[in-house]
Formats: sequence, C-alpha cells, structure tokens
Amino acid sequence: MNTNAITSTSGESQKTDKVGPPLWLLCELTYRCPLHCVFCYNPVNFDSVNNELDTDGWLRVLNESRALGSVQCGFSGGEPLLRDDLEVLVAEAHKLGFYTNLLTSGVGLTESRMSKLKQAGLDHVQLSFQDSTKELNDFLSHTKTFDLKHKVAKIIADHEIPMVLNCVIHRLNIDYIENIIEMAIELGAEALELANTQFYSWAKVNQEHLLPSRDQLERAERITNEYREKYADKLRIIFVVPDYYETRPKKCMNGWGNVFLTISPDGTALPCHTAAMLPGADFPSVAEHSIEEIWYNSEGFNRFRGDSWMKEPCRSCPEKENDLGGCRCQAYMMAGDPAAADPVCDKSSDHHKVQAVVTKAQLPNGQHVSEHPLIFRDAKSSKKLEKENVVF
Amino acid sequence: MNQSASADIDTSKIASIAKPYKLQFEDAQDSWVLLYPEGMVKLNGPAGEILKRCDGVKNILAIIDELESAFDQKDLQKDVVGFIEIALEKQWIDLTSATSTS
Ligand code: SF4
Ligand code: SF4
Repeated sequence: MNTNAITSTSGESQKTDKVGPPLWLLCELTYRCPLHCVFCYNPVNFDSVNNELDTDGWLRVLNESRALGSVQCGFSGGEPLLRDDLEVLVAEAHKLGFYTNLLTSGVGLTESRMSKLKQAGLDHVQLSFQDSTKELNDFLSHTKTFDLKHKVAKIIADHEIPMVLNCVIHRLNIDYIENIIEMAIELGAEALELANTQFYSWAKVNQEHLLPSRDQLERAERITNEYREKYADKLRIIFVVPDYYETRPKKCMNGWGNVFLTISPDGTALPCHTAAMLPGADFPSVAEHSIEEIWYNSEGFNRFRGDSWMKEPCRSCPEKENDLGGCRCQAYMMAGDPAAADPVCDKSSDHHKVQAVVTKAQLPNGQHVSEHPLIFRDAKSSKKLEKENVVF
Repeated sequence: MNQSASADIDTSKIASIAKPYKLQFEDAQDSWVLLYPEGMVKLNGPAGEILKRCDGVKNILAIIDELESAFDQKDLQKDVVGFIEIALEKQWIDLTSATSTS
C-alpha cells in the first residue's frame, strides 16, 4: 500500500486539535498467502496468528468505520482472495459507500471471481508484481507466478476495473526498472507504483540483500523520469523513494492515528500495519471494543498522536510539523525507543546507524552481505524468527 | 445561446465524472468529496454543486441554467466554465458530445 498517496487527501481536518475520522480503513483479511516474498510486510511471526475474524466480525468493522466517516477501504493480506467471503465484504463496503480497493498478488483471481467482485461493486485493484522478468520474479516470489499475473492483469482490464500496478523495488530488481515500466504499459495499467522497499518485517530481516546502492538508485530515478516524459499521457508513475537515502524522515502514515486505521487478521486495531511490533500495552481488538472507542479513546491510538509525546531533538524542532518525527517503528528498531526521532533524520543521535547501513550498500555485489542468505517468508522461517525473538 | 465563455470549452458537451473517480456527499465532512484509489479530494461548496450535476446526461449549458435558477443568480457561465476547465485538467470529468441532438 502506498501510504504516501493519502497525502494528496485534502485533509485540512487535522489542522485543529480535534481528531478527525479514520478516513482510510485497511482490512488485512488474512496473513495466509501462497507467495513467499523476501520483502513481505506481514509481521515476521505471522504464522502464530490463526484466529482470523469471521465474516460477521468484518461486517461489523465495515459498518462501524463507515459510520465514523471512513471513505476508503482496502482489502489486503496476505492474499485476500484466500478469504471466500471477500465478495460479501466488498459488497457490504460498496453498499455502505466506501471506495473499495483490492490489494492482491493476483493469485486466485479467476475470471469468475473477478466478475463476482465487479458485481459486488469493487472500485479498484492494486496488483502487485515482484518483477517483470520471469526468472527474477520466480526467484523473488519463490513460485511460478509471472505468467499468471499477465493473465490476471488482462482479466482485470477486461472487466474495466481501474488498476494500479505495484512493484516493490530493491537491489535485485532495480536495474530492470525499464522492463518493469514497459510491462506496466503493455498491461494497460493506469498507474505504476515503484515502491522502494521499506525496511520493516521480512524486508528488515533481508535488508542487506535488498537495499540498493546510490548508483543503482540514481540510475533508476533517471530512467523513471525519462519514461515519465515519454509516456506522460499513458501511464502515471509513482516513485516512492527509499527513506534511508534521505536526511529527513517520512511523515509516517500521515500522522499516528490521523487518517489510517488498520485491522489485522485477528481483529487487532493498529495505527499502521507494523505498529504491533512496538513495546507497551497491546493494541485494542475489535472483538472487545467498538471502532469508535478504539479510534478516539484507546491508549494505543492516542500514544503518539499530535506532538506532546516527542523528545529532543524533535520537541523543539522547527520542522516537526513536516514529518512529526518520522516513523515510530523505525525509531524503535534503530534507536531502541519508539518516542525517539526517526534515525533517518540527520538530527537524530542514531543517524549514524542508518549511514552505516547505507555505506555498506555501496560495496560491490558479493561483499555487501555479511549475514545470512535471503530468507523467504514462510511458516518455517516465521517459527524460527519468532523463537529467536526477532520483533521487526 | 450557444456561445462559450472559453475558446476551448464547448458548452453543448455532456460532462460526467471520469474513471476512477467517485463523487459522493459525506455527512462526516459535511461536503462533497471525490474519491479515487487511495485518496480523496474534499470539494468546496460551488465545486460540489457543479460536479454533482455532471451526471452524464446534462450538457454544460443545462448545468449552468440549473445552477442559475437553483441559486437565483445570473451570469454563472464564466465561473462554471472556469471550474469545468480545472476539473478537466485534473481529469476529474470527461466531456462527450450528445448522442442525439435535441
Ligand atoms: S508481500 Fe508477498 S508474501 Fe507477503 S503477503 Fe504480499 S504477496 Fe504474500
Ligand atoms: S528532529 Fe524530529 S521533527 Fe525535526 S526533522 Fe528530525 S525527525 Fe523531524
């Protein structure tokens, strides 16, 4: 999911101290997935979550969020198509007046499911591609899916559902960026999101393998810009820069508890899909609380709202409105304190840790990795990482 | 009657909300909004009044007429056409020719 895109929301609502509604509802229907992406954004311990919300539970989430003022609804996973009540949920969301988005790898999107989803009122599909070249794609997703995605893209186009292609970019595929763009054009996508890997969860585990060098990045940006000019009226290309190469952090989730509400498969409500890693009290569950209580009154959602939780250097920083101190998870992972400045910021006393990672990424292939080989997202690795207490 | 305020906009054309946008009124925000994949544009009063009439049936002239009588004002042509230009540029709407001339 492109968390930057919501910035284009004209959400002046948050200028005041009043907390606005959760405009964006993300329903992570399941962590089950037929793929094994090395950059998977599900928690590394996903395998221990096996009590998924049932259909009624999700219907209640949809109704309560919509009543609070949510307008966008994303169905993601894992692979949301593995839920056979997906059509029921999309239909309800549509009936309630949500703009409905399906975030899928495409596995399981048959002709008949697509037409049922279309009937249910699906507004938009984000189809994720691991890469445009077959070999690399199969390698990175660990299953033979590339041909299938071609087929799926055609099914989506035939049903005239607007589609954005999403491709996670990293050291192993960034040099093929022109192939990826060409493919998006060939598949008739309206938009292509080239999302540089964000280092959480499985991507964090595999960070050394995945962070591109500065040269790679510059080349990719240059080529992207050339294509942007050449195909200006055909394809909109969104290039999400990797924050490790910046000196100011991103305004993560556009502010904690500001517009985003994520419900994870077991019904835990989160301000962002990686927030469960943070220390402190557990986040509230929709099984026990109403969405209204959760959004406005829970400790979890109020923990980093606004800026009164900030420490130095953020507290007295003249730029704090721009980024609200960056990402809480990144602060926790790298500075050991979720209320610290995001170490991407060069005012952070832990910025050198980001720099060390970036420096290492400039080494030639073969020398840039000193830890383990690539770890694929699967149940076995999940169990192992959980045993080792990896929290990402 | 068919003069247009702008050289580019033909007011006999029919306006409709373009894909992938969806227009709806939001009680929680007390305004019309345009929804699109992963985003939202909150519209001000006049923009909402114009866009909600871009229903794929009325042509621009009819929209102007309707607004002038609804708000009991004259000479809205320039404002409406000005906004239509912006909406076109942002690709919020499509303009098509009437299928049957009436
Ligand atoms: S990132 Fe890959 S493995 Fe993870 S949920 Fe998405 S498709 Fe499945
Ligand atoms: S010090 Fe904190 S608030 Fe200031 S720019 Fe850095 S992260 Fe943002």
